[in-house]
Amino acid sequence: MTMIFGIPLMVLFGQLMLGLINGAFYALLSLGLAVIFGLLRIINFAHGAQYMLGAFAALLGAQYLGLNYWAALILVPLVVGALGIVVERLLLRRIQHLDHLYGLLLTFGLALIFEGTLVNLFGVSGSSYPIPEALSGGFKLGFMFLPTYRAWVLVAALVVCFAVWFLIERTRLGAYLRAGTENPELVQAFGINVPLMVSLTYGLGVALAAFAGVLAAPLYPVSPTMGSNLLIVVFAVVVIGGMGSILGAILTGLAMGVIEGLTKVFYPEAANTVIFVVMVMVLMLRPAGLFGKEA
Amino acid sequence: MAVLEQEQERGAASAGKASRRITPLGALYLGLFVLGLLAPWVAYPVFLMKILCFALFASAFNLLLGFVGLLSFGHAAFLATGAYITGFLLAEYPGLSPVLGIMAGTLGAVVLGTLFGALAIRRQGIYFAMVTLALAQMMFFFFVQAPFTHGEDGLHGVPRGELFGLFDLKNNHTLYYFVFAIFVAAFVLIRRVVHSPFGQVLKAIRENEPRAISLGYHTDAYKLVAFVLSAGLAGLAGATKTLVFQLASLGDASWHMSGEVILMTLLGGVGTLLGPLVGSGLVIGLQHQLAQSALGDWVSVILGAIFVICVLSFRSGIVGECQRWLEKRKERDEV
Repeated sequence: MTMIFGIPLMVLFGQLMLGLINGAFYALLSLGLAVIFGLLRIINFAHGAQYMLGAFAALLGAQYLGLNYWAALILVPLVVGALGIVVERLLLRRIQHLDHLYGLLLTFGLALIFEGTLVNLFGVSGSSYPIPEALSGGFKLGFMFLPTYRAWVLVAALVVCFAVWFLIERTRLGAYLRAGTENPELVQAFGINVPLMVSLTYGLGVALAAFAGVLAAPLYPVSPTMGSNLLIVVFAVVVIGGMGSILGAILTGLAMGVIEGLTKVFYPEAANTVIFVVMVMVLMLRPAGLFGKEA
Repeated sequence: MAVLEQEQERGAASAGKASRRITPLGALYLGLFVLGLLAPWVAYPVFLMKILCFALFASAFNLLLGFVGLLSFGHAAFLATGAYITGFLLAEYPGLSPVLGIMAGTLGAVVLGTLFGALAIRRQGIYFAMVTLALAQMMFFFFVQAPFTHGEDGLHGVPRGELFGLFDLKNNHTLYYFVFAIFVAAFVLIRRVVHSPFGQVLKAIRENEPRAISLGYHTDAYKLVAFVLSAGLAGLAGATKTLVFQLASLGDASWHMSGEVILMTLLGGVGTLLGPLVGSGLVIGLQHQLAQSALGDWVSVILGAIFVICVLSFRSGIVGECQRWLEKRKERDEV
């Protein structure tokens, strides 16, 4: 068997693949956080809970409504995103004018409510969601075995990330959005409905989290606590990348996943903490973050 | 610089006048002190000690959020560091004085606070919160893996020992007065810091950091000192808690704990000295009540709902609202 640095090549590639998959989720989630932060200037602490709601909606939809995976992939982000818009209209709008830390605290409270409710209804142990038939099996690539579903997750996540980048950076709607980020009053003065845009933006960010949740459902045990620990890692990713750039958030997410995967191969004890260590180094060397504008 | 110093003097002077005029405040403190002395003869001492430990923890946190405007989402790390170090030392060296154990735990939290503080103050606002949360999560994983914490099991049966070889702390009432003394000392220290010139500079940073910088203050140094002080006091709370419950566990290090201390402070009143006391008493009391009722499983949902309600319509907290009401009444009386 081919070895590299005393590690079998298959193991190395396997972990790299797992790392890339994790990285795809980091990218999707930090992208959603960045989109929301851009216009609302709040950190959506409920993001992890909304990701979890996405996975649960897919699971429950399959159990009670016979919703298949592909329908869930479209419908669940819409439903959870709509829930996000309701949250924005009813709650976040009321504290818009306040210090943005209150947004963090409010969404933290929401995260506790979502998570606690589902823990009571379904317990903490995870359930599994079957991999859709069309995506089961895998490819033998010679140097490794690539399960089809993992390849699909990577492709789907990258396509969605690119689509969001395109929407924000290359379309008229995205131009309004970016202008709103710079100066909401002026944009409003030009006759653009900024409050509606804020609602839709929050909905989009939440929908991205729910989409990631549906993608994750067949890979990880679906449990009420699946989002919260992931979210803290995503926060570290966001600190590393800075939230100034969409592409930066995507790249940082993928890169951190790969670094985590490599750490699992070479020094497994540190696999949980390596992203935090990278964050510490970035804070020391480049406090504004790799792609950050904020001083 | 001169302007701010004048403001400081004026602030200090009016504070001095106020404390002479509003003797009700002094009476309130005295009443609370007496209440604290008598309480263990009415209520269960361990429950009261739990409230005192969390009141200390929340006061330490409030020093940072309320008086410097820094929201730390990682204070559980300091609580747990204090708890684990004290627990480990007292369990490993049975003859060790509990005072030394607590001091070591506090010192550990101070060291950790210096490291984390130096990193975290490099970012502002929302990023500060995320950095502290991530650093605390890193400590959580460290505590999971480190051998001396016994991972998921935690440290159990930590001996309470004897105070100065004279007082047996196995007696809940004796321990209560020891914990009460620690709390009062820490509270007096926090009060002293808040009303000192140093505390005035902290408030200036909270209100307008660029202005404080332009006045010549090294705001980073002030923020760091405040952070270390807050971390150390949080560690003291954790160390004391270990002595009370004779255990230290991962729950102390989790992000839920960091969230809980924020809630206590928010509910009681951010930036008020008595707010964290009221908030921790309420939250601990509520948890205690709920645990015995049919709603026991819904604690986290209820705490989340209180969070949302506080942020939406109760941002000054209970003590803050009371203060506002008193001020309004005073204004009305003057008119």
